[in-house]
Amino acid sequence: MTLPTAAIPNSPTLFITTRAGDIRSVRGMIGHSVMESIRDAQIEEIQAICGGACACCTCHVLVDAEQVELLPPLSAEEDALLDGSSVRTLMSRLSCQLEVTEKLDGLRLTIAPEE
Amino acid sequence: MQALDVLIVGSGHAGAQTAIALRNEGFAGTVGILGKELDLPYERPPLSKEYLLGNKERDRLLIRPASYWQQQRVEMILGRRVDCVRPDERYLCDSDGRKIRYQRLVWAAGGVPRTLSCPGAELSGVHVVRSRADVDGIRDALASTSKVVVAGGGYIGLEVAASLVKLGKQVVVIEATERVLARVAGPKLSSFFEAAHRSCGVEIRTRSQIVAVAGENGRVSGVHLHNGDIIAAQMLIVGIGIVPAVAPLLDCGAEGGNGVAVDEHCRTSLPDIYAVGDCALHVNRHARNTALRIESVQNAVDQANVAAKAIVGKPVAYDATPWFWSNQYELRLQTIGLSAGHDAEVVRGDPATSTFSVVYLRQGKVIALDCVNAPRDYVQGRKLVAEGIACDQALLGDASVSLKSFCA
Repeated sequence: MTLPTAAIPNSPTLFITTRAGDIRSVRGMIGHSVMESIRDAQIEEIQAICGGACACCTCHVLVDAEQVELLPPLSAEEDALLDGSSVRTLMSRLSCQLEVTEKLDGLRLTIAPEE
Repeated sequence: MQALDVLIVGSGHAGAQTAIALRNEGFAGTVGILGKELDLPYERPPLSKEYLLGNKERDRLLIRPASYWQQQRVEMILGRRVDCVRPDERYLCDSDGRKIRYQRLVWAAGGVPRTLSCPGAELSGVHVVRSRADVDGIRDALASTSKVVVAGGGYIGLEVAASLVKLGKQVVVIEATERVLARVAGPKLSSFFEAAHRSCGVEIRTRSQIVAVAGENGRVSGVHLHNGDIIAAQMLIVGIGIVPAVAPLLDCGAEGGNGVAVDEHCRTSLPDIYAVGDCALHVNRHARNTALRIESVQNAVDQANVAAKAIVGKPVAYDATPWFWSNQYELRLQTIGLSAGHDAEVVRGDPATSTFSVVYLRQGKVIALDCVNAPRDYVQGRKLVAEGIACDQALLGDASVSLKSFCA
């Protein structure tokens, strides 16, 4: 009898720099959001109050400048929400809007400063 | 007797966040969450939307993974209800007669869905939408359901209606007042949402009341309305608000009524008992300093943070600007402030394009905004509401003038 071999996708590793300056490696769940991966790794600096509905701005991260092109472009909604942040930079993203894919393996993110 | 430094009653957003905030504040004592459901704390907003639609699985509703609660030493006391509280002796009894001692008690018990009181309300096929299990019950029955009556045209009712239409069901919404969303929004937003639902095939009947639920073999077969009309349906979903779950606290002397009264640090009138979330009756400056309960994730989370800070000795007063969201079809509504009590409403943009905002004013000052597919107004309007900025109405109504320009 042969057991079916489930296609287990490689879990990409994300490197998260916390506000304290520590770098944490976080396992991303493919198909889930980057926000969920950060939250489930117990990095409590993002609040993600709306749970990923793109309705607040509390999962703000800054993407490493060299990796910005790895990510899909911002939606108008994400762009508008980020505009309300006093700490927005060109590298700003809402982590709930970033879906984890294999392509994101090695992505370096920094939790945005507290507002 | 079991004893905890902080005992939290309620495993919803407010209860979970209280525990999370305590640990984030460095609180090292023992913490437990007592909840009536068996589930670990989960997010409720998706229940009427993604979860009902089957687009979000159960585990993804969790506010934190199971490992979080273990590692943070938050004891989960689940499947238990509170029978009575003994504030003088600092313990509570659950419905099985078990006692738990506490140093601090945080009441985050939320509410129970209001039910219909008419004949037939107990029939099989009558549902509410508050817990994951409630929605599982709806999903299980959907295969044998083609037509659904939704009692209540509030956010829950309308979100459920939108989800059911997407699932191919015929939906009739019965609303007692003259318009949907009457309790939470102005007439302009109400008429927009009524038109949006009707264009998607939902029948909306306002000024209408269910006087009896008809049944066959113990199951819903329709509803009788006050005017004699009968609507055939295999399911009735009741979304007519909640009754705050505060009886054990009021019974032992806590001040309150519609909820349990709290001060700006979420302290009740009883020693070392706090209350947060849907059940907390608090004075809010966004409601002209009247006391009210706010049923929202924002309020649950922010009050939980306030209670946690008070417990760890770093008190801050609750002063958050209310915000809220609701997704129906492709419409994304974002609300800032509380519109009740407005004396003027100004529309920015054309509702016919499904991209517009309603700005609510009172005595010339902005008190709230409802923004439909208009996140920029939502973001920029926040400051207008938080600071109660006076704005020229003609300028406000010009969508080409950014709300940012009023903040200068």
